[in-house]
Amino acid sequence: MKILVVDDEEDVKSLFEQKFRKEIRSGQFQFSFSFSGEEALSYLQAHPSEVVMILSDINMPGMSGIELLRKIRTDHPAAPPQVMMITAYGDSANHDQAMQLGADDFLTKPVNFVELKEKLLSIL
Amino acid sequence: MDYFLVSFFLIQYIRTSLQTATQHPEWDKRLVIGRYTSIALVAVFYATETPHWFNWIWNAFLVLIIVVIFTDDFFKTLRATAQTILPFIGLCMIRDATRALSPDFYKKYDSGFDIAVAFAFVLCFFIWFYARKQMKVLQKEREDRLREEQASKAQKESLEYLVSERTYELTLQKEELQKTIEELKSTQNQLIQSEKMASLGELTAGIAHEIQNPLNFVNNFSEVSVELCQELEEEIDKSALGDSDKEYIKEIIADLSQNQQKITHHGKRADSIVKGMLQHSRASSGQKEPVEINSLADEYMRLAYHGLRAKDKEFNAALVSDFDPTIGKINVLPQDLGRVFLNLFTNAFYAVADKKRKLIEEGNLGEYRPEVKISTKKFANKLYIRVTDNGTGMPEHVKAKIFQPFFTTKPTGQGTGLGLSMSYDIITNGHGGVLDVESVPGERTEFRITIPINETQEA
Repeated sequence: MKILVVDDEEDVKSLFEQKFRKEIRSGQFQFSFSFSGEEALSYLQAHPSEVVMILSDINMPGMSGIELLRKIRTDHPAAPPQVMMITAYGDSANHDQAMQLGADDFLTKPVNFVELKEKLLSIL
Repeated sequence: MDYFLVSFFLIQYIRTSLQTATQHPEWDKRLVIGRYTSIALVAVFYATETPHWFNWIWNAFLVLIIVVIFTDDFFKTLRATAQTILPFIGLCMIRDATRALSPDFYKKYDSGFDIAVAFAFVLCFFIWFYARKQMKVLQKEREDRLREEQASKAQKESLEYLVSERTYELTLQKEELQKTIEELKSTQNQLIQSEKMASLGELTAGIAHEIQNPLNFVNNFSEVSVELCQELEEEIDKSALGDSDKEYIKEIIADLSQNQQKITHHGKRADSIVKGMLQHSRASSGQKEPVEINSLADEYMRLAYHGLRAKDKEFNAALVSDFDPTIGKINVLPQDLGRVFLNLFTNAFYAVADKKRKLIEEGNLGEYRPEVKISTKKFANKLYIRVTDNGTGMPEHVKAKIFQPFFTTKPTGQGTGLGLSMSYDIITNGHGGVLDVESVPGERTEFRITIPINETQEA
């Protein structure tokens, strides 16, 4: 399963790679990383229909996670990937907006990796 | 006869013009005596068949009257009028003297003397008449003036009344304004205080958000490092290294793992502080709902008490509650208000425990009995809650800072300095109320919550 992680913090990459070391080695998960909304969109363009799952931060400089979600839902209606939003602000406004725009799930930081792993495995 | 008329009318004139009958009875008496004297004199005069020498008695009588008039200040105003009889008396006396000294000369000119005396006599009455008229005019003028004076006096009185009325109104207004100024001043202070708290709260939230992200990384990476250490240990078992080498490496790994755990532990501690800060700034999380204030307060008092008992078995304190049973349910944010209660009670128990500990150290515990008291009261659409303890109290400079975030008097690690700041925020911003404190150092501390009750929302 190919997962695209979108976050403006570059350390997210090594964190995910270490947290999901076993799954990556066994080939269960395949991670790609984008550090902005714009980058994520161009990645999706370059690899159409490959990405099954997107994990996106909401608060990012430039294009926000919400904006990215809206773009994905309008540009890729044919092969819709699952989208999980992650935010440091667990307020209901963000949550409702994300859900309205078609997010599949909503996580708050700090991310509980045990929970996340379970969710990803169940989707798989 | 002319003597009688002159004296009689002069006395009468004096009596009427000075109004002696009503105002000076003692003089009136004398004047009446004078009047009767003149009547008696005229009677004697005619009874004795008008002797010439009798004129001298008349003259003496008139002179006596004149002397009295001119010597006593009581007749001051009448002197000008009385003067008019002087020529009459003078002429009479010259005539009588002439008649006595040279009767021949008198006989020759007696008609001339009589005419002169008659003329003086007429003059007297003429002048009196004129004076009377004059006096009447004067009297009228005086009365007019008196009336005017009375009118102006009345006007003055009414003006004075108006002035005093205005003065009273102005005084009232002044007092009202002064009261308003004082109210404004206290409102201003409250505003400044809540403004300060609000900006500090925002700053706190900003800092918390900024710290949270890097802190998440610290926690996540240290956690994943612990997992990696475990994996490493498993991998080493699979390798073909010698046992002593394996032991040594495992020891290092154990230390590393322990370090990571320490990092995780302290990271979590920092995380809970940051959480507290964020909670602090979060604009009223729940919905207001009707809550039994008394049972809420009681519940949290027990919670705080047993929380402290769990840490310190020695600790005990008397819990005194004075609840107003008429309060019933009031619309509040139950979780937030609960946090306020928890903070206030925790502080109160801490203060009494601290005082007890200090007294034991000094060795004079004496009769000290730790006591924490909660009282509630509903009055005039306001809810009053007081949390009082007989603990350490606090000096003025501490009291001034207790509602500021991160201010704490507790030892490092025991308090974040956010409890009271958050409580202040919950009471003022969350409930539109007032939280203030009164303290006597070494004696007692009282926290007072005042929350307005909105009747329309009351359940």
